[in-house]
Amino acid sequence: MIPLTVNGQPLTVPPGTTVAAAVMRVQPAFRRSVTGESRGPLCGMGICMECRVTLNGHPHERSCQLLCAPGMEITTP
Amino acid sequence: MTRTLVIGGGPAGLAAAWAAAQSGQAVTLLDDNPALGGQIWRGQIPARYRRFLDPRITVQTGVQIHSASQLPPADRIILATGTRELFLPFPGWTLPHVLGAGGLQALVKGGLPIAGKRIVVAGSGPLLLAVAAYLRRRGAKILLVAEQAPYPRIAAFTRGLWRHPAKLLEAAQLGFGLRYRPDSWPLRADPGSVTLQGHGVIPCDYLACGFGLVVNTELAELLGCRVENERVLTDPDQRTTVPHIFFAGAGSVDRSLLEGQIAGFGPERGRALHAARAAAVAFDRRIDETFALRPELSSLTTPDTIVCRCEDVPFRAIWPHRDWRSAKLQTRCGMGPCQGRICGPALAHLCGWPAASVRPPLFPTRLENLLDLRD
Repeated sequence: MIPLTVNGQPLTVPPGTTVAAAVMRVQPAFRRSVTGESRGPLCGMGICMECRVTLNGHPHERSCQLLCAPGMEITTP
Repeated sequence: MTRTLVIGGGPAGLAAAWAAAQSGQAVTLLDDNPALGGQIWRGQIPARYRRFLDPRITVQTGVQIHSASQLPPADRIILATGTRELFLPFPGWTLPHVLGAGGLQALVKGGLPIAGKRIVVAGSGPLLLAVAAYLRRRGAKILLVAEQAPYPRIAAFTRGLWRHPAKLLEAAQLGFGLRYRPDSWPLRADPGSVTLQGHGVIPCDYLACGFGLVVNTELAELLGCRVENERVLTDPDQRTTVPHIFFAGAGSVDRSLLEGQIAGFGPERGRALHAARAAAVAFDRRIDETFALRPELSSLTTPDTIVCRCEDVPFRAIWPHRDWRSAKLQTRCGMGPCQGRICGPALAHLCGWPAASVRPPLFPTRLENLLDLRD
């Protein structure tokens, strides 16, 4: 199992879990749209950019295209 | 030794890379995703196709391509960039519980637990049935599969399947026990529910919704290949209008596997597969006719419905504009991080606007990456 945090909350996920799937285990919303709406993943395949999160301090990472790694810190607004 | 670069590791790209390696070419296979298999297999390649993973192929996953100058040198390029889902805007489609049909499947394959969740699958095409069956196997409760195509067309298509016993069996297995309802589509989504044509308000945890497939033509266009009617133009050998660039896939798995092999083997050995490909293309065409989108779907988008999710542009703001370029310049529609990949096909459907031209970088990227590009 892989330990990581989502908005500071500790979580363990099985190997092969994408960052997007890890976030969805905790909450449905990923980013705020330019007018402040709550958004979550749409396409699941790296196209729509709705699933962007801040990963280890890097903003705008496409969470659906990245696999979880031990110690990852995932944050959403 | 011919150096062949294959871009995209779904069924077509895997078949192309294997066929090219078999014919003695030096093959590099690139993919944007963390694992091979494309969106349909997502790292879980069926046993009968694992032979495609020839150890002579150099594989790089997690690679994003922004411009032509970034590609490794090659004598031949085979593009197998696949498809994405078509999304049509309706009120509430931007809510977090509304996902693509393939999108939700991809997330579940990526480790999202789905057991016990109440799901409505809606939109159009054979993918809906495959997604519903997959989610059900993973413990989800599929409340309804809403297919926009009219009942008589679905019935005629199903009757015609006797000529394809394997497909008939597959459809029967997938559909067994599912509430599959033609003539229905989502009218609106609200937090925790969806309203379906003919079925009223249905409370659900997720709405998985896609209206068919759109070919990812962006890289082909960037490399100068001609695109017509949203498909990359190819000759019988899968060659595009640029002589050393081939395009394969973007249809059913059967067709993708054949097109990939034809592109990978090259004209001489590939010719033996032309008849099989013709049959697969004919079958895909019947699917396209069966699941053609009904005109009522264009009226789902209300004036206040957001069409461009990146820039939150409502449909109303688009009306004064005659083409997409004007709408882009005045409203920022299609100017956000997805670069019009979601709203472009939607507006092509709603307004009949052809896609705008493609320029690098193909995806948003950091400035440090742009500094490495030489064109």
